Amino acid sequence: MRRRRVSQILLGLFAGLVFLFLLLPLAVVFPISLSSASYLQFPPPGFSWQWYQRYLDDPSWIDATIRSVKVASLCTVLAMGLGVPLTFFLVRSRLPGVRVLDRLAAAPIIVPTIILSIALYGVFARLQLIGEWYGVAVAHTVLALPFVVILVSAGLRGFDEAQEQAAAGLGASWPAIIWRVTLPQLRPSLVSAAFLSFISSFDELVLAMFLSGASMTLPKKMFDNIMMEIDPTIAAVSVLQILLVAVALGLTSLFGRGALTTTITR
Amino acid sequence: MELSVKGIVRRFGPVTALGGVDLDVAEGEFLTILGPSGSGKTTLLKTVAGFEIPDEGRVLLGGEDVTLAPPRRRDVGMVFQNYALFPHMSVAQNVAFPLEMRRRPRDEVKRRVIEALRLVELEGYGDRLPRQLSGGQQQRVALARAVVFGPRLLLLDEPFGALDRKLRESLQLEVRRLQRQLRLTTLFITHDQEEALIMSDRIAVMDKGRIEQVGAPGDLYAHPATRFVADFLGESNLLDGSASAGHAAIPGFGAVPLPAGQPDGGVTLLLRPEALRIAADAAAMPCRGQGKVLETVFLGQSAKLRMALDGGGEVLARLPLRPSDPPPAREGETVAVGFAPEDLHVVPRG
Ligand SMILES: Nc1ncnc2c1ncn2[C@@H]1O[C@H](COP(=O)(O)OP(=O)(O)OP(=O)(O)O)[C@@H](O)[C@H]1O
Ligand SMILES: [Mg+2]
Repeated sequence: MRRRRVSQILLGLFAGLVFLFLLLPLAVVFPISLSSASYLQFPPPGFSWQWYQRYLDDPSWIDATIRSVKVASLCTVLAMGLGVPLTFFLVRSRLPGVRVLDRLAAAPIIVPTIILSIALYGVFARLQLIGEWYGVAVAHTVLALPFVVILVSAGLRGFDEAQEQAAAGLGASWPAIIWRVTLPQLRPSLVSAAFLSFISSFDELVLAMFLSGASMTLPKKMFDNIMMEIDPTIAAVSVLQILLVAVALGLTSLFGRGALTTTITR
Repeated sequence: MELSVKGIVRRFGPVTALGGVDLDVAEGEFLTILGPSGSGKTTLLKTVAGFEIPDEGRVLLGGEDVTLAPPRRRDVGMVFQNYALFPHMSVAQNVAFPLEMRRRPRDEVKRRVIEALRLVELEGYGDRLPRQLSGGQQQRVALARAVVFGPRLLLLDEPFGALDRKLRESLQLEVRRLQRQLRLTTLFITHDQEEALIMSDRIAVMDKGRIEQVGAPGDLYAHPATRFVADFLGESNLLDGSASAGHAAIPGFGAVPLPAGQPDGGVTLLLRPEALRIAADAAAMPCRGQGKVLETVFLGQSAKLRMALDGGGEVLARLPLRPSDPPPAREGETVAVGFAPEDLHVVPRG
């Protein structure tokens, strides 16, 4: 009993330290974004909203933000639309060789993004897709697909197939079975997969550097901003970006009860 | 015949799960398939439901050949061993599912769901999720879901397997009541012979992918056609002897008279434990022997004795007990044992 208490306290302490480590950047970025100084200085000498104002007043920042939201949204739709049927095939098919394909689906995570970027640059240049926002979305889909496959296949493997048989016996057609019985029960996995797809695209820099050309995504714009003029605008943007991710995370836990946790532990 | 199964063969690689099964179920009949684990019961049921396509043979429903028809075209209600309720739907949504798949109008769905829940005595449970119900209640939801759309045939695959004895017994009666009330043609699977005897109009005993015998419970019990059926249904003493001139020589009992017309040669005789009497009660019996009591088990309304016969071999005797009766015999004691020859049954395919 005592042993257990001690180990629980130690575990709690450990978790606390990890959280501190995770939140430390926020603890620096947030004060700087409210700084009155015109360069990055910590701790800030005074308070002002000016950097938020500058972000809102600068159309190039707003454009980049909107573009990033569009890119991430399309990427999510594509990754889910392609990834979910692909996962059903990988998990359910009894064809020989499918197990190898299953492993291959994780390849984009293993291949260095920079290699992928160079390869895609060649293809996109020929197709004249460089600088098109949907081109970037397609490229991001390649990166997001493994998340979808990994998360949804974990959910699908834990799903009791007898229910599909029961539904068929009760008069359901295949589309009805998938739509009414299988997918609703995969909802936590699906919501997690969609969330990770969105975030992986929204935050992606390397592919965007190669492929977005003059029409920048938000990470690319932030990178350029650091290269040219270092001012606290970037801190303000970061805070806004964090807020957006937090909102997405909130929606995730609202719509996919148990998403991001149960899918992996199940 | 509402359901006819003709010459069904189903193989899984080297395993022959069904080796030529023929079965007829009449309209409104409750037929139980009884057999040990692995005898092919589930495979047969899945073939009838349409989840398995047989390698050979045909399935007829109401005279129509449905061997290749998909499950949803068969109008068959099925209850699975593990219920297979949809965990993300409420009880009412579960029961409504087959009606919605048949595109019934909304007010009809509502009315029939309420009716079905009343039928299984779960009124007022419609809004709960399956996981908020006990095992027996979940089973009743599965039952309501299987009958709500008025199926031609109800299939039940060991529906009470996971329930405790008390609950089992009350559900057995409930299912039987429901089946009679709705006049549902029913195919029921169990490996519990007692359950089969309680519930069925007829029982089909299955072994190794074949049906050994089909008949009314009392008939199967009194006149089993094979050694397997005699052994599987109830407790039995199977005595091997040789027949000549209308009598059989049985070790321990000597020559016992056989029914007329029994040809000479080896015979297997079935003697139910309750046909045996011991000690003073044995004196009145025409066929007698003697044996040592190896073991006695007190069962409340009766006692069970295992005895080693003096002429070799063992028999099991079941003796009725009144509350005031003393124990019928002590272990180690040697007592007389006897029976009446009309209680002997010659097992045709011993
Ligand atoms: N999909 C399958 N693949 C391979 N073999 C199978 C399959 N389904 C059933 N079998 C085999 O067929 C035989 C009959 O199985 P079945 O499930 O019909 O038995 P059962 O009588 O229902 O047994 P239980 O009482 O244990 O449920 C078994 O030997 C089983 O191993
Ligand atoms: Mg079975």
